[in-house]
Amino acid sequence: MAWAKNILRVNLTKGTCTNEPLNMEWADKYLGQRGLATKYFVEEVDPKVDPLSPDNKLIMTTGPLTGTSASTAGRYSVVTKGALTGAIACSNSGGFFGNEMKNAGYDMIIFEGKAKTPVYLFIDDDDARLLDAGEIWGKSVWDTEDWIKEHHQDPMIRVASIGVSGEKGVLFACVVNDYHRAAGRSGVGTVMGSKNLKAVAIRGTKGVQVKDYKRFMEATAAAKKVLAENAVTGEGLPAYGTQVLMNVINETGALPTRNHQTVQFEGAHAISAEAMVEPRKSDGKPNLVRNGACFGCTIACGRISSIDRTHYTVAERPQYQIASGGLEYEAAWALGAATGVDDLDALTFANFICNEQGYDPISFGATVAAAMEMYETGVIDDKVTGGIELKFGNERALTELAELCGRGEGFGAEIGLGSRRLCEKYGHPELSMAVKSQEFPAYDSRGIQGMGLTYATSNRGACHLRSYTVASEVLGIPEKTDPHSTEGKAGLVKAFQDATAAFDSSGTCIFTSFAWTLEDVAPQVDAACEGEWTAEKLLEVGERVWNLERQFNNAAGFTAKDDNLPARLLKDAAKVGPAKGLTNQLDKMLPEYYELRGWTSDGVPTNETLNRLSL
Amino acid sequence: MQRSLVIDPGKCTGCLQCELACSYDNESIFNPSKSRIKVFSFHDKGRFVPYTCTQCDEAWCMKACPVDAISVDAASGAKIVSDELCVGCKVCTVACPFGTVNYNADTGKVIKCDLCGGDPECAKACPTDAIVFVDANWTGLERMRTWAEKTDAGQQASA
Amino acid sequence: MTYVIIGAGPSGVTAAETLRKVDPVGEIILLGGEPEPPYSRMAIPYLLTGQIDEAGTYLRKRDGHYEANRIEYRQATVESVDPAAKSLTLADGTTQAYDKLLVATGASPVKPPIDGLDLPGVHHCWTLADARHIIALAGKGAEVVLMGAGFIGCIILESLVERGVKLTVVEALDRMVPRMMNAPAGNMIKNWCTEKGVRVLTSTKVTRLAQSDGRLAVELDSGEQTAADLVVVATGVRSNVDFLEGSGVKTDTGIVVDQNMRSTVEDIYAAGDCAQGLDFSTGGWEVHAIQPTAVDHGRIAALNMAGRPTPFNGSLNMNVLDTAGLISVSFGRWDGVEGGDHAESVDADNYRYTRLEFDGDRIVGALALGRTDHVGVLRGLIQTGIHLGPWKEKLMADPNRIVEAYIDRTQGA
Repeated sequence: MAWAKNILRVNLTKGTCTNEPLNMEWADKYLGQRGLATKYFVEEVDPKVDPLSPDNKLIMTTGPLTGTSASTAGRYSVVTKGALTGAIACSNSGGFFGNEMKNAGYDMIIFEGKAKTPVYLFIDDDDARLLDAGEIWGKSVWDTEDWIKEHHQDPMIRVASIGVSGEKGVLFACVVNDYHRAAGRSGVGTVMGSKNLKAVAIRGTKGVQVKDYKRFMEATAAAKKVLAENAVTGEGLPAYGTQVLMNVINETGALPTRNHQTVQFEGAHAISAEAMVEPRKSDGKPNLVRNGACFGCTIACGRISSIDRTHYTVAERPQYQIASGGLEYEAAWALGAATGVDDLDALTFANFICNEQGYDPISFGATVAAAMEMYETGVIDDKVTGGIELKFGNERALTELAELCGRGEGFGAEIGLGSRRLCEKYGHPELSMAVKSQEFPAYDSRGIQGMGLTYATSNRGACHLRSYTVASEVLGIPEKTDPHSTEGKAGLVKAFQDATAAFDSSGTCIFTSFAWTLEDVAPQVDAACEGEWTAEKLLEVGERVWNLERQFNNAAGFTAKDDNLPARLLKDAAKVGPAKGLTNQLDKMLPEYYELRGWTSDGVPTNETLNRLSL
Repeated sequence: MQRSLVIDPGKCTGCLQCELACSYDNESIFNPSKSRIKVFSFHDKGRFVPYTCTQCDEAWCMKACPVDAISVDAASGAKIVSDELCVGCKVCTVACPFGTVNYNADTGKVIKCDLCGGDPECAKACPTDAIVFVDANWTGLERMRTWAEKTDAGQQASA
Repeated sequence: MTYVIIGAGPSGVTAAETLRKVDPVGEIILLGGEPEPPYSRMAIPYLLTGQIDEAGTYLRKRDGHYEANRIEYRQATVESVDPAAKSLTLADGTTQAYDKLLVATGASPVKPPIDGLDLPGVHHCWTLADARHIIALAGKGAEVVLMGAGFIGCIILESLVERGVKLTVVEALDRMVPRMMNAPAGNMIKNWCTEKGVRVLTSTKVTRLAQSDGRLAVELDSGEQTAADLVVVATGVRSNVDFLEGSGVKTDTGIVVDQNMRSTVEDIYAAGDCAQGLDFSTGGWEVHAIQPTAVDHGRIAALNMAGRPTPFNGSLNMNVLDTAGLISVSFGRWDGVEGGDHAESVDADNYRYTRLEFDGDRIVGALALGRTDHVGVLRGLIQTGIHLGPWKEKLMADPNRIVEAYIDRTQGA
């Protein structure tokens, strides 16, 4: 019930697809998706493995609620050792692919080895086959998806694929499904590309059963009501999407600008949610076409945008004069504030290219920002950039690099290294705004202290989706804490990390946590799944998952030294805004955090902790 | 006043909660592929269109059925397939010009919207009121009716 | 007013019911040629498989349906029509007067001129009586030869396969269902059937049947001789119009009618498989011999008979066929029109095929194999003459996107 109780194991080296039953003992301890796939991954993969070697594995995984009528329950994740980070990677995506995979009868697809020549996996319920991808290797995500639907004569097929960037080894390549939803971070698409796996195409018609339908409908209806009545999930997100944050965070003085040189962006409004709904001059239509939902989502925060047809990026290119996935906050920040570009259409175009060619706009924008700082300070010049005038605020440089990165060509290929490798290559590692080689998202930890600890300790490198303390420190959810204070932040980060890991293991979207707590999730899981599921048990699963990920990273060679932030955030105080004069006080939070976690001062889980969590 | 499903694509976000509700009510499983209502997504236009039987007066499906397996429910006005009588000949699937009668190979019968006995689950599940169940005298219905008339074999044949 | 309807198939029954709706007081007499209550030939294959009993084939299931509608249903065979006297002569020698007459006598199977087709063990599959014979002979493991792989033959094919017989299909033309499918689709159906264990011989004719050891010996023009316990003849049908000889009612391939389903003789109408009705696609006059057309004819004819002039826009030829699990459909001008484009998508390995025929930016015909979802929109697209606009190009690139095209063009914002 709820789980399909079935795994598909795909050996790309041998070209075989075999079914095996889901380990239900593990399901009871790790629930599903992020937790359960991580358990399989750490059991099967050497932590020291080179992420791009055939010995690395890649798992696509649904949660037990995926495919049910619980709100937002269409999620799936990609778990592997990240190409960008060398750490455990788990990237979560919405859209419709996860539901299709579950409907075809799979909790997980484990890919191992490497295909000799490019292939794609085609699944029609029980029929799973590796097929020749010769005709689509070299095609974009969008063209790949169209080709597969046409080739199999079925427009209802759902596809997750990599673009050219993933084939060419751009280290922050994504796996993109449904044209513009992505398992975005850490280079999971790069790993997929290294395996010569172009796409996974699924038609699933078997359905998903729950344990107790009546109780499930009651629990999901109650939970949907909570979402509908909440100001963030019921009003803010549907109307403005995550972009509702742009002006808020800017005013908080935590909008990292021009490679974190400052914390407020004068062009913030021009790239904000408010700007996206303003009618533009040329045709009187706004950038935002409408909001769209992922499978089963009653929030519908997704942005569907169009670019001004007269804009330089698309005027001669009708294929981009369409509605497609628009700017989310993190992308708008990375492509905009981080690079100093305030041209909404240029940002939207760069975002289209990120989706079309399958790479992470956060790491891309942040790496471009680092390159811009190197260019402006004379570290790199036109010879390096191939003639691109890489100055902050140059929208043409941004969009040109977006296309080059998408094809893995020219200086775009160097951007594809990510900021840590790029800055090291040119002798300035201090200019990379990253943790564990993964670039920061859109919150400056000088103005939101808890986010510094979040980034430093995130198991997949700098990330907002591992413990979104912004909710508490800025939005007051579940209760307001002072963003400039470090007090209590260790406990806050731990609580968010554990709860988030539980949400990510269930099949629901983390955005529900603006309104839901685990008390809202538990009755839904309990009515759907075998076993007894309480909020306490879910929280324990979350903490177990967090420690399991940590153990993998420690075994992979990460140490407490890697739980750190770039010097700029620790030493250069914010120059403007409410956080003026502040640096991030990581050293005040980290020891307390280790202690609360039950880890040694070297960041290693103690035996007692491991025993407590049955690890 | 007889009520009917009225669909406003402008309000639809494409979440498919209607398909989940429909499939569970009819098939006791969450399975969008077995839903009698289907949301079509025009991704490059940002448009989502929920689509199902309008219970049209012409009832091509019912007229084309060779074995009297489709009948009108007097209370709801829905055209209902009797699983007992349906032989699975599929003539109704080609006769319905809206394509809203489909063959279910698992059961060997056809399936179509039956308005859930007068209280449609899709409308209840829709979070944005893109699908509502209201008095039939409603302009939104006219659009499909217009096409229904254009398909009709006799120009004044709504006998 | 006395309405007489000859023929109690779908067309006749629909006409009778429509008449009752629009004329509450007229006398309605429905004459059927067979002893059973009005039934559907379409359902006979499902009787053969045992999925339904004979009552499951009846056109109307409610007890007392005809009485409740004051439709007088009688078994009678009509010998001749006298339009001057407005009277029918029946086989029992009695006469029946009419004010308005509808001829809905359908069609009957024809036997090709081959020796031995009158032998025991040779049957059509047309009536319930035929079905009883077939059920008796087509037991599990029985060797059966099916002559003709047209639409009717293919419908029976599926039920014979399900009965577990050893089946050989002999078709004179070069592919299966040649009047409904083009060569690629017809051949895919052949391959599918072959894979399901049916022996399919196309471009082959039966030359002679003979009795041998209590069984049938079937000789083929290839020189091969094969034994059979049962031979089913499904080589075609022709309209039942012989009794109209001398009545002045003009016939061609069927009864010639106008747009109001009137024959060339006043107060005599025709409908269904015996009528050469208006074809939507060609604007010509054709016998369709399909259920939806029969029903359309019956309804339109009845409205006109009852004094409600209702011109017929023409019916769209369409078929749906299930050959041992492979579902195929055809609509309208699937063979294309002069100067029109076509789009084709072939996946022979997975038995999926779609072909669209265009006239300008409208779809005028279609074939599809291996798809059932929302397939009716092909009728909608063709019969409402929807201009596809930008969708023409999209469908040329991928003809499988018909439902999207239909919805986008009809449910426009």
